[in-house]
Amino acid sequence: MSDQPTTAPVTAESIEQALLSFLEERTKTAVPPTQDLFASGLVSSMFAMELVVHLEQHYEVAIVGADLKLDNFRTVRQMTELVLRLRDASAAVGGA
Amino acid sequence: MSEKPATVKCLVWDLDNTLWQGTLLEDDQVTLPDAVRELIVTLDSRGILQSVSSKNDYDLAWAKLEALGLAEYFVLPQIGWGPKSNSVRTIAERLKFAHGTIAFIDDQPAERAEVTFHLPDVRCYPADQLLTLAELPEFSPETVTVDSRRRRQMYQAGFEREAEQAAFSGPDEDFLRSLKLEMSIERATGEQLSRVEELTLRTSQMNATGVHYSDATLRGLLADPGHEVLVTTMADRFGPHGAVGVMLLATGADVWHLKLLATSCRVVSFGAGAAILNWLIDEAAQAGAHLVADFRRTDRNRMMEIAYRFAGFTAEPCACVAGLAEPGAPDIERLHLVPERRDPHPTLQLTAPALAADHLAARA
Repeated sequence: MSDQPTTAPVTAESIEQALLSFLEERTKTAVPPTQDLFASGLVSSMFAMELVVHLEQHYEVAIVGADLKLDNFRTVRQMTELVLRLRDASAAVGGA
Repeated sequence: MSEKPATVKCLVWDLDNTLWQGTLLEDDQVTLPDAVRELIVTLDSRGILQSVSSKNDYDLAWAKLEALGLAEYFVLPQIGWGPKSNSVRTIAERLKFAHGTIAFIDDQPAERAEVTFHLPDVRCYPADQLLTLAELPEFSPETVTVDSRRRRQMYQAGFEREAEQAAFSGPDEDFLRSLKLEMSIERATGEQLSRVEELTLRTSQMNATGVHYSDATLRGLLADPGHEVLVTTMADRFGPHGAVGVMLLATGADVWHLKLLATSCRVVSFGAGAAILNWLIDEAAQAGAHLVADFRRTDRNRMMEIAYRFAGFTAEPCACVAGLAEPGAPDIERLHLVPERRDPHPTLQLTAPALAADHLAARA
């Protein structure tokens, strides 16, 4: 998966699928969407930082301020919700 | 024109008729002048990395460097038939060095011109200038520390580590655990401060404040009972990482104010910043003090902002911030945290002073 912005339609399913394969590629482990990635030791806090940058570049969102907390990155489902919320917010502001 | 030119961080060598006399593919009996060997050893001891860009047969040329006892001095050798500008670009990318910190030496004017055409910031030197290089200011760093003397080994260990990580399959933390990381946080001494001075000069990426604290300023605070100057060193089973971080902490009774936190980009991928913050939060919790961290966003320190936020720092206001002196610059944010006890870091072994106990004892 590249870090180019995606051109495919973005849905909860597509984000979740893309994230799961990104994680599987990196950790060589199949990850359930609700697994706590940190509690299980599967990813380090460093990899979490990489995830922030990856989500921002791939989905063209800015994750800043209060959104930038570990709890938003604990599970694939939580990351998916964050991306959808930020995309909806920027679409609303942009009048799209 | 009196300003000192930027120090060269890596010198890239041509081989035929530059490093050695003769053309290897025509004559296996090339000769190495003693002065060249001395130059290589001298630059190495000053912490200047050296690499190779040569149009040659890789196996033959590398075997010759080994036979001459020089192979160990070179990182990322580029020996093949591609353009030299590509080799130099690759070396700069792998080392994460700006082109302005790379030098290239070659006897062929056409090769130097090719590199200059594509990479105008790379400084090129003709081979006949070789014996004067060690005298030039750009090859004479002002401070040479224990870390600069072994910089090449640290980079070589880093490449081994990267290769193992790429081949490692399994959870991220298992790999980090396999490195047997050791972190040591110590109160700074004068000698350590020169290692830190070099660190803050060389890396701006992980400087959370974007404010440069000079050697003199930090030295002046060493004996100040209201400040802690702390230096972090790291090592793992591949060898030492050297001094990788510096903290300047003002320790009030109710609030600990982190004025400077800088870590080397070499250890970012081991979560060094997060590990330091984890320790500091635990100590502040024991001391019963709030934590405030200065943060100035630059285009290079995003990782540090994420480290603060993930550690639990927020921009929410707290009365404790009001008691601090105004920030030194208008764009410095103050991030705040009410500390709670933390578990030890899961993937590294930490040695650190008992900061909280010392401060509580001093006040008793």
